[in-house]
Amino acid sequence: MSSTRTAYWRGFRDGAPFVLVVVPFGMLFGVAGTEAGLNIAEVMAMTSLVIAGASQFAALALMQENAPVLIILATALAVNLRMAMYSASLAPHLGPAPLWQRAVAAYFIVDQSYAISVSRFEAEPDMPVREKVGYFFGCMSPVCLPWYFATWAGAVLGAAIPPAFALDFAVPVTFLAIIAPALRTLAHVAAAAVSVTVALALAFLPYNLWLLIAAVAAMMTGARVELWLRARGRWT
Amino acid sequence: MTMDAATIWLVILGLGAGTYLIRFSFIGIIGDRKLPEWVLRHLRYTPVAVMPGLIAPLVLWPTATGGQTDPARLAAAAATLGLGLLTKNVIAAVLGGMGTLYLVQYALGG
Repeated sequence: MSSTRTAYWRGFRDGAPFVLVVVPFGMLFGVAGTEAGLNIAEVMAMTSLVIAGASQFAALALMQENAPVLIILATALAVNLRMAMYSASLAPHLGPAPLWQRAVAAYFIVDQSYAISVSRFEAEPDMPVREKVGYFFGCMSPVCLPWYFATWAGAVLGAAIPPAFALDFAVPVTFLAIIAPALRTLAHVAAAAVSVTVALALAFLPYNLWLLIAAVAAMMTGARVELWLRARGRWT
Repeated sequence: MTMDAATIWLVILGLGAGTYLIRFSFIGIIGDRKLPEWVLRHLRYTPVAVMPGLIAPLVLWPTATGGQTDPARLAAAAATLGLGLLTKNVIAAVLGGMGTLYLVQYALGG
């Protein structure tokens, strides 16, 4: 077996446990998407073109409110801006690979495949580029492939669930469930608090502008509090 | 939703293309260059900056009740947040939150 292949299967094994997270989450998006009024083709197109659950839920929530397209895109893309950070930290490792491989890999940069591979690459910096690429695709396989199937299963299931189950509220509930574990530091908590306060205070503004203002204010708050914590030596 | 199919597809394609460009940015275009520390410091907070503001009005003024604050939905939101903080498990928090919603709706005769 070639070393690239070995690297692929090593990545696959490291990524495999994430199936347990991805499958229910993908199903949830499928259910929420059909409940919101998307048909299966639209749900599947979104899930396979975007493969970024949180931003898909963000877009869905705003589509239900009939927000303007530009606001929906700006908000959902803002949720995905963190992936620029992922792309930057993968660049030194995958950068020397051929362009087509990087173009395919870019599509598969998701939270889990990024987290596993970057920590492996940092632990083993001498791994040849071919193996790093193999490892990356190995990690992403058990994360991304089940995502499509799970969304599809959720969409089919969602169409069969009666409205009495109040699934309209599945979107806010899922968001809360995603955010809670992300409130790791005081800076994250402060950012979230500012986001909520500003959004509610400015809710009268048209075109969901309150959301963009709240997001910018919250990001600046998070960054400020982080600096403040660092200055006091309380940043881990 | 009352959005027409063309608009829905515009959102899907725009979000797909935009997200791809974000992912491709450094490994494809900019290459091996460090992001300035202040940029990283702001990017770290994008998810917690956008999502809480997005859902706060949905929790307080749900569309399904015509914008009326609903005790069952408030209880469900609180339960989800609490479970998420305690267990750090997204699925457990979602199930607990939806369970609370049904329970309170039932208790209030909803």
